[in-house]
Amino acid sequence: MNTLFDKIWDSHVVQQLEDGPAQLYIDRLYCHEVTSPQAFEGLRNRGIRCLRPEKIFCMPDHNTPTRNQDKPIEDPVSRKQVDTLAANAAEFGLSHFGMMDPRNGIIHVVGPERGLSLPGMTIVCGDSHTSTHGAMGAVAFGIGTSEVEMVLASQCILQQKPKSMRINIDGALGRGVTAKDIALYLMKEITTSGATGYFVEYAGETVRGLSMEGRLTLCNLSIEMGARGGFIAPDEITFEYIKGREYVPKGAEWDKAVAYWRTLRSDEDAVFDREISFRAENIPPMITYGTNPGMGMAVDGTIPTGATHKALEYMGFHSSEQLLGKPVDYVFLGACTNGRIEDFRAFASVVKGRRKADNITAWLVPGSWMVMDQIKEEGLDRILEKAGFTVRQPGCSACLAMNEDKIPAGKLSVSTSNRNFEGRQGPGARTILASPLTAAAAAVCGVITDPRTLL
Amino acid sequence: MKQKFNIIESRCVPLPLENVDTDQIIPARFLKATTREEAFFGENLFRDWRYRPDGTPNPDFVLNDPRYSGARILVAGKNFGSGSSREHAAWAIAGYGFLAVISSFFADIHKNNELNNFVLPVVVSEGFLERLFASIAADPATRVRIDVPAQRVTNLSSGESESFEISAYKKYCFMNALDDIDYLLEQKEKIEAYEQKAL
Repeated sequence: MNTLFDKIWDSHVVQQLEDGPAQLYIDRLYCHEVTSPQAFEGLRNRGIRCLRPEKIFCMPDHNTPTRNQDKPIEDPVSRKQVDTLAANAAEFGLSHFGMMDPRNGIIHVVGPERGLSLPGMTIVCGDSHTSTHGAMGAVAFGIGTSEVEMVLASQCILQQKPKSMRINIDGALGRGVTAKDIALYLMKEITTSGATGYFVEYAGETVRGLSMEGRLTLCNLSIEMGARGGFIAPDEITFEYIKGREYVPKGAEWDKAVAYWRTLRSDEDAVFDREISFRAENIPPMITYGTNPGMGMAVDGTIPTGATHKALEYMGFHSSEQLLGKPVDYVFLGACTNGRIEDFRAFASVVKGRRKADNITAWLVPGSWMVMDQIKEEGLDRILEKAGFTVRQPGCSACLAMNEDKIPAGKLSVSTSNRNFEGRQGPGARTILASPLTAAAAAVCGVITDPRTLL
Repeated sequence: MKQKFNIIESRCVPLPLENVDTDQIIPARFLKATTREEAFFGENLFRDWRYRPDGTPNPDFVLNDPRYSGARILVAGKNFGSGSSREHAAWAIAGYGFLAVISSFFADIHKNNELNNFVLPVVVSEGFLERLFASIAADPATRVRIDVPAQRVTNLSSGESESFEISAYKKYCFMNALDDIDYLLEQKEKIEAYEQKAL
């Protein structure tokens, strides 16, 4: 009667401390340049090395510019942080996918696509969106830098076991409704702290029906409900996606792995600390109107009357206002949330045969070089270019204003990223979160548009 | 900073806002340091609320209110520290000089980050928090006592007192200035035994 979360967690407990945390073994640690330097500094100060360097993969993504990656990064502070990661990886003997390496990209895009994140694993990274890797059927969660240091040093962390929650979604999704809309809908329903203290298993026929890209998007946003992580039990869709990827077991090892992965599911009679259910038919294309991801509404809805004054003042909106038709300045397609091939296909399907609106500055940023290659193979780049868009180079880009791609103060951005916090995309920038379809509709119409009218 | 905790008694800085995310605690543009410069992060704690775009202090923000200067306890609305996992947020809080944060609810990752930096997250009931905000509003010099060994937090203005949760392990760490890495480094045999069995 165990949940899948129990099974994976319990099988990784090295020891349980009395009235304290568990010492949890970690199968995969990812490091990016922002949250790792102080952890490596800590190792040096203690005079120690990494216990299991072969389980650790490093790549820069937050600071990387999305143009001219063949040239040195202009901002000397960003450049130093990126160079520091490369130097630390070399010093401690860790794999490093640097800028311009064909394996580089956003960690949460690269891990799954290279076969580094696999079912049944425990996966951590100094990044809250590590929950993304839960789509592979793994227990994956974000940690702080001290915890990165713990894993570098001991391949373990000390962690209290979270409670378990199951979110069931059944029914058929409506036209123009994507995994991103499901996540924004869940956040609106249960708030940004509704799953705090929990690890979420997503289940139900709607979830089963999502592609791996959709599942990655859904799990990515688990943290925005406060959950430590979210995951989906692995199934044939997962195995089909994983098979043949670079770091995946091959031959007899593959058969053995799949046999084990098939056992990774919650027991029929498993009891969750909390269980909630939703109907897919009730989920519309969603947008946000405020300054946290839980402040969401249907794209054709009106801002609720009880909305926080501080948030609306920042956004320049008022309660009861409809946002359809509102002029937009920037459109951002990308981030660990929506920077995968399916997101580019969706965006291209809307803009095909149309033109980018003149008032829109659009940044289309693939999550990795592998996604970039797929875009080219499928000819999506030509469709996008014909519609007036250019595809930039991979990185976190305008999700978090740490690189050159910042939204100017006061400008309104429709963004496929994960956070609409004050200043998240740049000081004073105003962010509306949306799916790639809704972002594409805004990009060609120049105003907030219901994507269903263009499909 | 590693330090031994026993009893903290201090005035408080009130921040009666809910869902304060780590992007507000320290915006991403200040995350480019490659060393643990707590003083630098502390100077930029709540940067975009604390300073105007031209860099001058915003007199309306509580950290610029001289009535609260020198206070070592931050009192915040529920769901404090949501969003990004950046430990820089905990470094900024520590770097500013706070020893403890009192709220009715913390986001998980940030709570761990505070614990790992010897900033004590104290979870109190909604009612206790509300009345503490009221005490501070009535008298900005309101003091709070946090007794770590006894696990009690007391509003010294009203005398109201509550117990708070901390695991026996973390309590031991706080009272003895030990961190998780010190502990884990002593567990090598157990880790290798686990690997033998599981992998």
